Amino acid sequence: MKLELLGKKLGMSQVYDEDNNLVPVTIIEAGPCPVLQVKTVETDGYASVQIGYNPKGKSPNKVNRATKGHAAKANAEPQQISKEFRLPTDHQFEAGNSITVTDFADISMVDVVSTTKGKGFQGVVKRWNFGGGPASHGSMFHRRGGSYGLCQWPGRVFKNKKMPGHMGDVQRTTQNLKVVKTIPEKNLILIKGSIPGHKGGILSIRVAKKLKTSK
Amino acid sequence: MNEQLLNEITSEYLQEGRDAFKVGDGVKVHVRVREGDKERIQLFAGIVIARKGSGVHETFTVRRIASGVGVERVFPVHSPLIEKVEIDRESVTMRSRMYYLRDRIGKEATKVKEKRIFEKKRKS
Repeated sequence: MKLELLGKKLGMSQVYDEDNNLVPVTIIEAGPCPVLQVKTVETDGYASVQIGYNPKGKSPNKVNRATKGHAAKANAEPQQISKEFRLPTDHQFEAGNSITVTDFADISMVDVVSTTKGKGFQGVVKRWNFGGGPASHGSMFHRRGGSYGLCQWPGRVFKNKKMPGHMGDVQRTTQNLKVVKTIPEKNLILIKGSIPGHKGGILSIRVAKKLKTSK
Repeated sequence: MNEQLLNEITSEYLQEGRDAFKVGDGVKVHVRVREGDKERIQLFAGIVIARKGSGVHETFTVRRIASGVGVERVFPVHSPLIEKVEIDRESVTMRSRMYYLRDRIGKEATKVKEKRIFEKKRKS
């Protein structure tokens, strides 16, 4: 089964499971996500579903007419963010329907796609876990990256050489996270463990892709 | 996340009657232990030397001297595995964390100023 939902990270806490274990959970506010468009093989060449999400809980104040019209076609309010996910052709999604947390109630494992915290311009020790040099005894080689390459051959620095640069603020997927609980009245979903990104960061939750059991 | 929402989510996991004991109190903690498919109650008696955190995160540390060796055990305050926390004696403490007991040897190690009865009377 394929299902996706947009949401935002609220923070972390702990709850007790049925075996009385204290479980660390990430609290995510997700959806409701209206289906804005259903693409079919006949009209678009591939089957997919486009969903929208308003992280502030209401429609954006300024909407251009194109966005407005697109939402109106599906009898939905204009959405701030939208995302598309591909599906096999036999599905029951219709434009105007909403995907909510309740759809995730009987799903055990999910993947979460989120954006990691930005760390700015970082050196090789923090960015690539280089060892660095000795701190004292006149080494004069502290947190540097060492040699960048060879001599006349190849006469250039190899691609993908680990160097200082911008770290973080990239999209990352965390796979196979357990759904601990869903709270439909508040559109909340509790997921075991941590998730990359800031509080308030936009993320998408989908049914786990690599789950071993047959779904 | 606002605190109100967090409280709403976690409130169902809080146990009742866990505010009664405080730092310095001599307590007996009744812990449910599962061995195979049998369940029994295990006692851990000692002095509460710290209470840390708030809400579901809150923990407390109990220190006792077992055959000459100091043993400390940290419990989550709202753990469902704790049947009850029995208060043996109340005490008056000048600290919120009684870590100074760790440096004490012998009889001194378990000595905490006890709450006098006349103090109780005056309050009530």
